[in-house]
Amino acid sequence: MTESVLKVEHLGIAFGGLKAVEDFHLEIGKSELVGLIGPNGAGKTTIFNLLTGVYQPTEGAIYLDGVPMVGKKPHQMVAAGIARTFQNIRLFKELTVLENVMVSFNHTMKYSILSGILRTKNYWKEEAAAQRRALDLLRVMHMEDYADQVAANLPYGQQRKLEIARALATGAKILLLDEPAAGMNPTETTQLMDAIQTIREKFQISVLLIEHDMSLVMSVCERIVVIDYGHIIATGTPFEIANNPKVIGAYLGTDDQ
Amino acid sequence: MDGFVIFINQIINGIQVGSIYALVALGYTMVYGIVKLINFAHGDFIMVGAYVSLFSVPLLVRMGVPAWLCIVLALAACALLGVVTERVAYKPLRNAPRITALITAIAVSLLLENLCMLLFSSSSKPFPTVFNKSIFNLGGVQFNSITLITIVLSVISMILLQLFVKKTKMGKAMRAVSEDGGASILMGINSNTTISITFAIGSGLAAIAAVMYCSAYPQVNPYMGSMLGLKAFIAAVLGGIGIIPGAMLGGFVIGLVESLTKAYISSQLADAVVFGILIIVLLVKPTGILGKNIGEKV
Amino acid sequence: MKLYVNQKTAYRSYVINLIAVVLVFLLLKGLMSAGIINSYVAGVCMTVMINIILAASLTLTTGLLGQIALGHAGFMSVGAYSAALLVKHAKDSGVVLSTPDGITPAGYGYFLLSLLLAGVVAAFFGLIVGIPALRLKGDYLAIITLGFGEIIRVIIENVKFTGGAQGLSGIPRLASFDVVFWLTALIIAILFAFVRSRHGRAIKAIREDDIASEACGISNTYYKVMAFTMSAFFAGIAGAIYAQQMAVLGAKTFNFLKSIDILVIVVLGGLGSLTGSIVAATGLTILPEALRSFSEYRMVIYSLALIIVMIFKPSGLFGNYEFSLTHLLSKLRRPKSNTPAAGGESKQKEVTKA
Repeated sequence: MTESVLKVEHLGIAFGGLKAVEDFHLEIGKSELVGLIGPNGAGKTTIFNLLTGVYQPTEGAIYLDGVPMVGKKPHQMVAAGIARTFQNIRLFKELTVLENVMVSFNHTMKYSILSGILRTKNYWKEEAAAQRRALDLLRVMHMEDYADQVAANLPYGQQRKLEIARALATGAKILLLDEPAAGMNPTETTQLMDAIQTIREKFQISVLLIEHDMSLVMSVCERIVVIDYGHIIATGTPFEIANNPKVIGAYLGTDDQ
Repeated sequence: MDGFVIFINQIINGIQVGSIYALVALGYTMVYGIVKLINFAHGDFIMVGAYVSLFSVPLLVRMGVPAWLCIVLALAACALLGVVTERVAYKPLRNAPRITALITAIAVSLLLENLCMLLFSSSSKPFPTVFNKSIFNLGGVQFNSITLITIVLSVISMILLQLFVKKTKMGKAMRAVSEDGGASILMGINSNTTISITFAIGSGLAAIAAVMYCSAYPQVNPYMGSMLGLKAFIAAVLGGIGIIPGAMLGGFVIGLVESLTKAYISSQLADAVVFGILIIVLLVKPTGILGKNIGEKV
Repeated sequence: MKLYVNQKTAYRSYVINLIAVVLVFLLLKGLMSAGIINSYVAGVCMTVMINIILAASLTLTTGLLGQIALGHAGFMSVGAYSAALLVKHAKDSGVVLSTPDGITPAGYGYFLLSLLLAGVVAAFFGLIVGIPALRLKGDYLAIITLGFGEIIRVIIENVKFTGGAQGLSGIPRLASFDVVFWLTALIIAILFAFVRSRHGRAIKAIREDDIASEACGISNTYYKVMAFTMSAFFAGIAGAIYAQQMAVLGAKTFNFLKSIDILVIVVLGGLGSLTGSIVAATGLTILPEALRSFSEYRMVIYSLALIIVMIFKPSGLFGNYEFSLTHLLSKLRRPKSNTPAAGGESKQKEVTKA
């Protein structure tokens, strides 16, 4: 790890009296792939919601390239460089695949409302460029054949991939993937992981991955953070994690529980 | 002292109108709670109830039974109307976009109003006396028997409704369907029957409100339901739509606000004040006074 | 690589559409001068155009943004009164707006100025209402906009300068068929162009999933308020035309039933379809006029028909479909040529129509 892209310190949030996440630390380097695992209800998605501004933390700090992020709204988080996918797919169902991706370019596009209505030179230039970039991205995800289709009509696996493409299109420095392989068959999962690896190399992007498929997490992640009841219980390489008694305890239960 | 008497009279007025609003609001709220539909036709059920009472009073008198029994006939007619409306117009749209159902409800409202106009003409008809109007005087504060009957009858209806919803099996089924329609079907609840009964009760309450309203303001016309319905609907939203005690609370709040505004500020501005309060409440607490805030899970 | 944004084909379609609009205009003018369209029918045409603008403007909020608004008549009334007061003031201060021969150049100027004023004032109200109201969604937004609409009405009924409950009369009739025709065409063109810009795309994304749109970098608040304000702007313009066609205004005209009328047009036409709004606005304006001889049954038939359409075609007459002249022409030219994938066709359609 050379320099950290994302740095999280003492992050915590309480809902009423319940501390859903407490004292969460994380550092992710450039194009590093870190796994975030833990039993159901451990607080993984809550951490994603904190990192993307959906929830405001009650304590702690988030830095992206050294810039403090706490207090920003979700769309400002995206502009700063944090993008995500959702556990339950949230596509723009009635828009085409291409449009889904192009929505993510919006915050970088410049032409004004008037320009759009009058169809000025800027409109044509930016729209054409956006389309070209969107098609490029779809090609990386092997989805260019679907460009014209309405997102709702895509097969399940493709929908998951489109969410990733859409998140990538925001120009993010770090991608938060919430169970991207959920519901996929082994072939689809393998293809997805290949795609994620390609993305990391091509776009030099860091990835934080929530995943339940252990073999998958163990095989692709460089580092894994394990949480339970909102606390970090272990951090380390896949090998270390696999042999950590605390982790085994959290998943299987220990004798004293 | 005089000012105080006027004030008390306005409060009594407000409670009287408020209890009518509350009865109507209950219909809105129960229906919304169970099918998530703003039943715009509900106000017109009041109007239908009023016409049914209007025409049944002479018959009842001829048969030698007390005129106030027209409530029973109106109640039955409205309950039937509510169930039929739901079955014919709303049921096919349960899975359609919300706005489609909303427009259908508006269309049903227009249909009822215009049918009645066609049948009974648009001019107002006087409503016969069904309750003897005797005036009581309590330390300078005057109120009449109709006020008393209205308030008492409304409170009794609300208590009965609350008991029904909390204690009976059907009441539990209603709460279950409004909580989660899909799951309640899996639990063996017949959601169609439950929804029909909800419409029947809600519309029946509108019939009671109709007789009470017409006793206080003895005129019947095809449009009488629309503003009354709108106010009651606001009451339901104010209290927290879908919540039964909320509808009652909202009804009384709107009744009091309206009555006091008319007395002390301006009768023209009463509507604006009512809407203003609605807006403020919604902005401060979007789900109404008694509503629970439910954020969407990400 | 196939690019969907193509300046050349788009410009060709603009020209084709323009020619079509000119032809419609010439046809109507021809029928008028031949006396087939009398002044009564011409009046109905004006109402049709006003309703088209109203419905198309509400489509921004209801179709594009996907939110139910029940206060559209409020914005229309604000525009109507602003414009009426301006032109009345001009007339009272001695500007010759019209002569028995017709509307003077000053009259045309004041008409356009009044529309601009009406739009801006209505948009301002849209902004004031929209910023707090758009924090709510769905039925709650419907209710709060209904509330705002009614408050606007009650205020207009109770202040002096709007003529209060008596209303405003003696408004110069400056709405001429020609100008209103081209304005309607222009407004529809603007709306089509807006829908197919990045802004329109962002607003559609919010409609589809407002949590995902934020996660794609869209500021929901900004775009929601934008759609709502634009919607109010065009409603204000429609109001201004209405005022200068009717010559009298009463606040009661703009109650929530009027808002519902407009909403019915939009929903009946098909929520996501500007084409549908235009067709429904035309149909729903002409039909009651045609049924005049059955005037007692008119509203009964109307409401029954509405229920039936909603039950059997819940997505409205046109659903999401947008008519494209260019697409139709290219289809006619080479029937059943190598048809691309269904999705591709719809995309093509969208871009070329723009």
